[in-house]
Amino acid sequence: MSAVPADLQYTAEHEWVRLEGDVATVGITQYAADALGDVVYVDLPKVGAAVTSGSIVGEVESTKSVGELYAPLNGEVVEANDAVVDAPETINSDPYGDGWLLKVRVAETPALLSADEYRALIGE
Amino acid sequence: MSDPRTASDPTSASDPAPAVTPRFSPLHEQHVALGASFTDFAGWQMPVRYTSDLAEHHAVRTAAGLFDISHMAEISILGEAAGAFLDEALAGRLSALAVGKAKYSLILDERGGIIDDLIVYRITDHEFLVVANASNRDAVVAALTARTADHGVAIDDRTDATALIAVQGPAAREVLEATPQFLAPELDELKYYAWTTGTFTGPEGDDSIEVLVARTGYTGEDGFELYLDVAHAAALWRALLAAGEPLGLQPCGLASRDTLRLEAGMPLYGHELGTSIQPVQAGLGRVVVTAKQSFVGKAAIEAGPGESARVLVGLAAEGRRAARAGYAVMSGDEVVGEITSGALSPTLGHPIAMAFVDPAHAEPGTTLDLDVRGSRIPATVVPLPFYKKEA
Repeated sequence: MSAVPADLQYTAEHEWVRLEGDVATVGITQYAADALGDVVYVDLPKVGAAVTSGSIVGEVESTKSVGELYAPLNGEVVEANDAVVDAPETINSDPYGDGWLLKVRVAETPALLSADEYRALIGE
Repeated sequence: MSDPRTASDPTSASDPAPAVTPRFSPLHEQHVALGASFTDFAGWQMPVRYTSDLAEHHAVRTAAGLFDISHMAEISILGEAAGAFLDEALAGRLSALAVGKAKYSLILDERGGIIDDLIVYRITDHEFLVVANASNRDAVVAALTARTADHGVAIDDRTDATALIAVQGPAAREVLEATPQFLAPELDELKYYAWTTGTFTGPEGDDSIEVLVARTGYTGEDGFELYLDVAHAAALWRALLAAGEPLGLQPCGLASRDTLRLEAGMPLYGHELGTSIQPVQAGLGRVVVTAKQSFVGKAAIEAGPGESARVLVGLAAEGRRAARAGYAVMSGDEVVGEITSGALSPTLGHPIAMAFVDPAHAEPGTTLDLDVRGSRIPATVVPLPFYKKEA
């Protein structure tokens, strides 16, 4: 069983979004982190980059596989988590906390999955 | 992110069997109890990791790891002519193998391509045990059977009755010696690529059973592979784990097995080996005894794969971004090769890969570029293996 916090929103690409005002914090779910295994490399977009929902903006790589990071919404990157780039294992140990990846100033309120909808998606 | 279940997965067999019903190891219940994650490997549901790929990898390099590799195929060759038969059917001269010894070998097709790589154990004068990859079980059994024609030998596929447990790492011998129900004579005397017979007595004082104890492995460390009847596998697994835990033994999944074998420069079928590859291209020319009067693939091996045929090299890069199987190897704007396996080396801390490259670019020290999803990562050709244990 993977943790799926009720206070977050999700995407079908196994990312989570915490919307506070017009800034969305984005990370990958515990389900995704567990499936990847030990994350050893993270590539994130630069601050100021404009991102479009569904576009590839980075990579999360483990010893055994590579996952692409999709922008879950439209907006502008206002912060990238450099601490995770230096210590990628944080994504495994704390995917919903210190393992966050991006903060994006959102242009419009996005349509995302609820925790229940995401839990159904991953069959838990 | 992209669905991690469909992300490129170097531990998956590249020719996935069309398994309608997944197969389970005789140790499956043990893995479930240990909280393993599972992956499909050639139709078998096998543990990919228990806790962390990296922790399991490091356990094998520094202490010991316990692997279930019961999906591998065990095929007995029986008959007075078994040695002569294998000389014809395989690349090596197995008739010269002494009882009690093992040899790495290859089974080739008529074109000199590699059907599989094998470990062959000589059990008696008239019996050999051939161990093949799970993904090639049917192909190897079929090829061996087809080659028995005039030899009067019997082929017995014992895979379903045989469990295979590997104990690998510098503490592997201590782990076996610390397991009270397991007895094997003079393990310290047992040479690499030799085997002996041990015994295991179940926890309820069951009758003791024989265990084939081989000093072989696929991790680049000292270690043992234990072949036994499936009925007793779970009890031996638990006994090893209990005795080994104080020595740092950890159960290890296929993810760490893959990074361990890659660091050790060991080939994996479907990556470095295949029917379109001749042994010499994969650096395995020494495995083929061309002096034999006759063997399957001899004419093609003698003709060779051609001067321009790509050859297997090791590549080392800086940073943390690893090239993966299938990525292009570039020299300037020219594609000169393709990655077959790649990972960020847990032991060395930098990316490593194996690749087939054009012979003009195969010399150690050659600088090449790896096309990692559109970015060029500089890499240097280095000798294999990447990692060698201290003698």
